[in-house]
Amino acid sequence: MNALAALLVRDMRLSVRLGGGAPIGVMFFLIVVTLFPFAVGADLGLLRRIGPAILWIGALLASLLALDRLFAADHEDGSLDVILMSRVPLELAVVVKALAHWLTTGLPLVIAAPVLALLLDLDPLATGAAALTLLVGTPALTFIGAIGAALAVTLRRGGLILAVLVLPLTIPILIFGVAATNTAIVGPVPFGAPFTILCGLTLMSLVVGPFAAAAALRHGME
Amino acid sequence: MALIDLANPTRFLNLVARVLPLLAGAAAIAFAVGLYQALLVAPNDYQQGATVKIMFIHVPSAWLAMFCWGAMTIAALGTLVWRHPLADVAAKAAAPLGAAFTFLCLLTGSLWGRPMWGAYWVWDGRLTSVLVLFLMYLGVIALWRVVEDPSRAARAVAILTLVGAINLPIIKFSVDWWATLHQPASVLRLGGPTIHPSILVPLLVMALAFVLLFLTLHLAAMRNEILRRRVRTLRLLQARGA
Repeated sequence: MNALAALLVRDMRLSVRLGGGAPIGVMFFLIVVTLFPFAVGADLGLLRRIGPAILWIGALLASLLALDRLFAADHEDGSLDVILMSRVPLELAVVVKALAHWLTTGLPLVIAAPVLALLLDLDPLATGAAALTLLVGTPALTFIGAIGAALAVTLRRGGLILAVLVLPLTIPILIFGVAATNTAIVGPVPFGAPFTILCGLTLMSLVVGPFAAAAALRHGME
Repeated sequence: MALIDLANPTRFLNLVARVLPLLAGAAAIAFAVGLYQALLVAPNDYQQGATVKIMFIHVPSAWLAMFCWGAMTIAALGTLVWRHPLADVAAKAAAPLGAAFTFLCLLTGSLWGRPMWGAYWVWDGRLTSVLVLFLMYLGVIALWRVVEDPSRAARAVAILTLVGAINLPIIKFSVDWWATLHQPASVLRLGGPTIHPSILVPLLVMALAFVLLFLTLHLAAMRNEILRRRVRTLRLLQARGA
């Protein structure tokens, strides 16, 4: 337990002090949201209608940004070998590392989302729904992304293959995240239906992600 | 012959050499019968006219697209659990075939959709999930190509394949959830098929032909992969000896 807590603190400290974590992710998120009006026009009505989708796409891409460093940095300096050989179950170590990653890169995106919602002229209800679905959905993105990060850990150009492997797996989360936000605004289905499925998908990725990522790490490091 | 006997690649190659011509011949006959029935015997649809014939290619491709991932999943278990030496060869050979069948399914579907729905593509649940399946096949093929060492690539792909297998139930689930424009499942469903036998029989013959085609191509691709690895090993030995 102590080892896991130490790992959590270490990963968060590294992420905060090394830079390139939360601030760059939020900046990327802001830039993606800024790009959309240039592409689709400055019509506030249109932006309001597709606002939840813009926020979700931005958060999805931003959460992918730093993922390739999740295990690769530890692989390069050898600490991944130490984690592999320690008595802590590798699955739990993966959970802790992914949790630290989400706290330092995913959670800032969720906090930034209501501010960016102002740019898209979303009303308070829509903003709340978008933030809530992102809060529930972004951990799933991190835990699914951990599988890709573990598969790509020994590859020299891991970042590109990571996106190709992970993005198709995140499609259900994107669908239900945006659907839940939209039903909160316009209906017709109650918000609870897609939101519950989103929660279910997140819980499933919390289970599948660490086991698959740990298996990939074990086989990749042999 | 037990599955374990085939762990010896030479024995496997001997078996392939004997079986492959038979399979290829059976596939050719099945295609001849199936296409004859589908194109000349089966009636035109009273609404869709002759375009309904696309179904005889489209539906078997869709079945094979999912069947290939199933085969890859079993091969992935073979790699990770039973450590069968040919499992990763089978998985590697199946991936491009699955991608090809999925592409064929999407292509024929869009050609069929243009006259029926008025658009080459609609964002319906089933179409979307098949497109996702296609993207997953491309991801698997990409992962095979970027990892140099075959046995290490095999284990990485096996894990990705098993994770992707969780995607297959979501495909079926998505049919019920997003079903809008696409018609619901009409062959494999409770209460028996709703298709008239005059169309169902050619469809099943075509499905058999597609399965035989898959087996032929799969065994040939496995043989090629084994030979390719032998060449690679010989080259490595030669380079080391020089």
